[in-house]
Amino acid sequence: MAQERELILAFETSCDETSVAVVENGNRILSNFVATQIKSHQRFGGVVPEVASRHHIEEITIGIHKALTEADVTVADLTAVAVTYGPGLVGSLLIGVTAAKTFAFAHQLPLIPVNHMAGHIYAAHYVEPFSFPLLALLVSGGHTQIVLMTAADQFEIIGDTRDDAAGEAFDKVGRVLGINYPAGKEIDRLAHEGHDVYDFPRAMIHEANYDFSFSGLKSAFINKVHNAEQRQETLNRADLAASFQASVVDVLVAKVSAALEKYPVQQLVLAGGVAANHGLRDALKETLATRYPQTRLVAAPLPLCGDNAAMIGAAAHVELADKHFAKMDLNADPSLEFAWQA
Amino acid sequence: MKVLALDTSNQPMSVALLDDQQVVAQKTTTTQLNHSVQLMPTVVQLMADVDWQPAMLDRIVVAQGPGSYTGLRIAVTTAKTLAATLNIELVGVSSLRVLAAGATESTGIISPLFDARNTQLYAGAYRFENGELVTVLPDQHTNLEAWTKALAQLKEPVTLVGETTRFHDDLVAALKDQVSFVEGDLNLPNAGILGQIGLKMAPITDIDGFVPNYLRLSPAEAQWAAAHPGETHTNYVEEV
Repeated sequence: MAQERELILAFETSCDETSVAVVENGNRILSNFVATQIKSHQRFGGVVPEVASRHHIEEITIGIHKALTEADVTVADLTAVAVTYGPGLVGSLLIGVTAAKTFAFAHQLPLIPVNHMAGHIYAAHYVEPFSFPLLALLVSGGHTQIVLMTAADQFEIIGDTRDDAAGEAFDKVGRVLGINYPAGKEIDRLAHEGHDVYDFPRAMIHEANYDFSFSGLKSAFINKVHNAEQRQETLNRADLAASFQASVVDVLVAKVSAALEKYPVQQLVLAGGVAANHGLRDALKETLATRYPQTRLVAAPLPLCGDNAAMIGAAAHVELADKHFAKMDLNADPSLEFAWQA
Repeated sequence: MKVLALDTSNQPMSVALLDDQQVVAQKTTTTQLNHSVQLMPTVVQLMADVDWQPAMLDRIVVAQGPGSYTGLRIAVTTAKTLAATLNIELVGVSSLRVLAAGATESTGIISPLFDARNTQLYAGAYRFENGELVTVLPDQHTNLEAWTKALAQLKEPVTLVGETTRFHDDLVAALKDQVSFVEGDLNLPNAGILGQIGLKMAPITDIDGFVPNYLRLSPAEAQWAAAHPGETHTNYVEEV
């Protein structure tokens, strides 16, 4: 007898990507429609919430249709509907939440609410199955966290940024270098052409916690550039990028290393938009190989580092097993967070 | 024909089910509860009350704007998702027209208003002719001064409907005895009326392209358009 397929239709609209995916058994992507608004928001130098909401409502039913068609499944084949309900921009989240609730109602399917950050972690689940406990380094435009997972649905923050997220620092520094949002990819590229000659501060690197701070680095960077401008000196852009990135990567690696000393886990998950950064991926890989050979780096696949609904479908698979369903009064929760470790 | 009608364009919410022109279930709330929380449970409850299943619906009618941007998107997203996935008809009706249609006692101009903060408002002007509600001045984003001037020039009695409270004294001062106001519930959206209007209209053909009639660019888009005259901005969203 053929094994029954579990098919989840997943929605993700937390920021500036409208995404709808069909995921089979939590580990196979049948379709992953992503419509990105980057070009629109580049006109404004960053994501404008009202503009984002307007784009989401333009794309949402196109996404549903294309995700189902590309997956070659019908509504009758579906097991459940999943949606990101936070964290993110409230107006953006509401389009996905509303569409998912409506779709679930129309076809009498269970509705699974998913934390966007759990989704990012589960993007790495497409690489290999998780074994617990594990640690996850979540780095994106809105978050920089170290999360301890003791089970498939247990997420505890053990470290967090005190101010800016790492991705936010990339975008702000990018602006000074004349690089449009999102600046991470271009800074990463430039960094590989330069050297860490400016020795920017590594904030909190020696403190006995797993927390981060990137706003001092951002200020040091801006001051360096402005002081040079006043002296009519030109600094090497590649060296600036390399110096900035080296500071971010050093701090992330140091804090992850400290966490691995306390929690000698078998897997370190790397996820979130900044997980696409090659400097960070390479440094973590090397650190694990030389200092923590018992720990494997499980980095989210590059196409799944940014926001997408396939990762939401993977995270929803776990929630479905637990029967964590939402009712029709599900609302967006823009400041949803994992709990801190008790 | 079985119709679901939805209006979340402003603070009140109204939902109705119609069997042809007959309203078989309706709920309107005026409290500040979040439309995202309220809308779907209300739909579920009304459907259960009349023992309808989603697959029995033939047409969705939605108040398409103007109104609160976030509010509009709740009902419009629900409406377009339902119509697309159930493969049924979709009709969008002006949120202002719905209010005007309730002022059946009026013999002159009917001007529905929504408060758009400060002295800004969304407004339109309508009139009943042989029992049909016709447009006198199109729905627009305007301000109190410009709109009272436009109404004064019509030189006819005007009945004001909707979010008139904050503008009441200024409207009376500007339009004097030309102006009157409707009472109580007639100032609230009524999804039964919305459904009845929507039943007479042709369904839209492009459900995917259906979006609220905001009648106003977002501030960022407005500034950008001003700085880039002549630039046609379409196609900023890309599938990857």
